[in-house]
Amino acid sequence: MSNSIKDQFPVFRQNADEKPIVYLDSAATSQRPESVIKAVDDFYYKHNANPHRGSYQLGIEATEAYENARLKVASFINAKDPSCVIFTRNTTESMNLIAYSYGMNFIKEGDRVVITILEHHSNMIPWQQVCRAKGAKLDYIYADKGGIISDEEIEAKITDGVKLVAATHVSNVLGIKTPIEKIIKRAHEVGAVAAVDAAQSSPHIKLDVEALDADFLAFSGHKLYSPLGVGVLWGKRELLDKMPPFLTGGDMIDSVREQDATWAELPNKFEAGTQNAGGAVGLAAAIDWIESVGFDKIEAVEREIYDYAWAKLKEVPHLTVYGSDKGEHYGAIAFNVDDVHPHDVATILDADGVCIRSGHHCAQPLMGHIGTSSCCRASFAVYNTKEDVDALCASLLKVRKWLGFED
Amino acid sequence: MGLDQIYTQVITENSRSTEHKHPIDCPTHSHEGVNPSCGDDIKLELKVEDGIIKDAAFVGDGCAISQASTSIMIDLILGRNVDDAKRLASKFIGMIKGEVTDDEDLEELEDAQAFKDISHMPARVKCAVLSWHTLEKALNDALDQVQ
Ligand SMILES: [Zn+2]
Repeated sequence: MSNSIKDQFPVFRQNADEKPIVYLDSAATSQRPESVIKAVDDFYYKHNANPHRGSYQLGIEATEAYENARLKVASFINAKDPSCVIFTRNTTESMNLIAYSYGMNFIKEGDRVVITILEHHSNMIPWQQVCRAKGAKLDYIYADKGGIISDEEIEAKITDGVKLVAATHVSNVLGIKTPIEKIIKRAHEVGAVAAVDAAQSSPHIKLDVEALDADFLAFSGHKLYSPLGVGVLWGKRELLDKMPPFLTGGDMIDSVREQDATWAELPNKFEAGTQNAGGAVGLAAAIDWIESVGFDKIEAVEREIYDYAWAKLKEVPHLTVYGSDKGEHYGAIAFNVDDVHPHDVATILDADGVCIRSGHHCAQPLMGHIGTSSCCRASFAVYNTKEDVDALCASLLKVRKWLGFED
Repeated sequence: MGLDQIYTQVITENSRSTEHKHPIDCPTHSHEGVNPSCGDDIKLELKVEDGIIKDAAFVGDGCAISQASTSIMIDLILGRNVDDAKRLASKFIGMIKGEVTDDEDLEELEDAQAFKDISHMPARVKCAVLSWHTLEKALNDALDQVQ
């Protein structure tokens, strides 16, 4: 069955008749629709110059394209003030910006920082670094084995003395949505700042920084149908204003003397050096594409695929599916084939054109928490179909036989 | 390349073998090797006496390729002198890199020749060579201590 959404992604056209690509690794990076690839092409063909520098026509066009992308991102996440939208390379860089610029300057000895056990290393290691450097304590909100975080746990961990809470919106391993609204509310009750890692939610859930009332929110363009190398950090103005720059150099200064300098206004203060304008243009085009499909449709299509995959995978013999039947899930399903290492599973599936991720998924503490050292992960985007799920399950049935097991 | 060239009987059987998978008594040397990308993690233990590998075993876990490669390597190096084991290690690594291709030359690798085709699978090369690199490191540590 052809799928009009999948048809818009050129990568799926290769070998479509002989050996179609069954791409189930969108939580690592999504594919890009033709409109995004064309928009990036168009930028480099017609409008490329160094944004914010040239006082000539091309430079003005490049600046305009870059700043229009910022406006688009702001409206996409319902940020009232576009100058609080900062372009980065990816979520990891956004998180490091918060950690080094906010954390290193406003977290003090004896303070506590709280994250969840579901975090990707990119929202974990920066906080380990801050806590070690500042003599602060890093505490974890634990989930049960299914990935569910209880209200009691939130209340027990986010208490007086906590200065910053950083939590993922959706787990990159289990696909479960965290009670982020409650976490943010509780953080504010104790006077802590709340940072949200939206890398895994941004392709699936309509983001609204106003409604969430987060203080910081980060996501990557490349998981959101955009080119590699562009990400976003949004923050509340009162915080961003008082933070020192993360990187220093060109483009982020107001004036420079021999011994010191003054910083540019937001957002330029946090955008040192020549920026990835082509990436930003691609991100803007991806947002246009997402809005042309609409989040209602995205959520409906993905809900159907996810539920179908969850049920089908549970029927595959010798398969352990991690996570809970309860809770809201988006994107990722984690599993293991009995007695077979995930890396072998991925190799065997690859022979059938089925692309999944294997390993610890940059979430080693979570792996330990759910009782394994590594696992397989299938993850879905709006272009996936039930046929993709069927191909995954058919291929999984072969895995143990290749390893010499009877069934 | 086909899966039948990777998951051969030699490799799948050795991947499940527990013969060499245990700690040893009073190892003279040990080294831990890790492939962070796929999570292979082995701790190789050796008992070297008078320059001879008298005992060798490993603990840890990982993919079939890494586990089979370790098991087969131990079969091959047990009872050999250190220089011989190091020579085999560089031959095995040369085979995986595609630098040593002559079948006759490779014959002394015995069952470890089963990994020859892994050289065409960039994603799995590290799995095959992990144990041999770990062996080299363990033996180099051994030499450091002798000197
Ligand atoms: Zn491996």
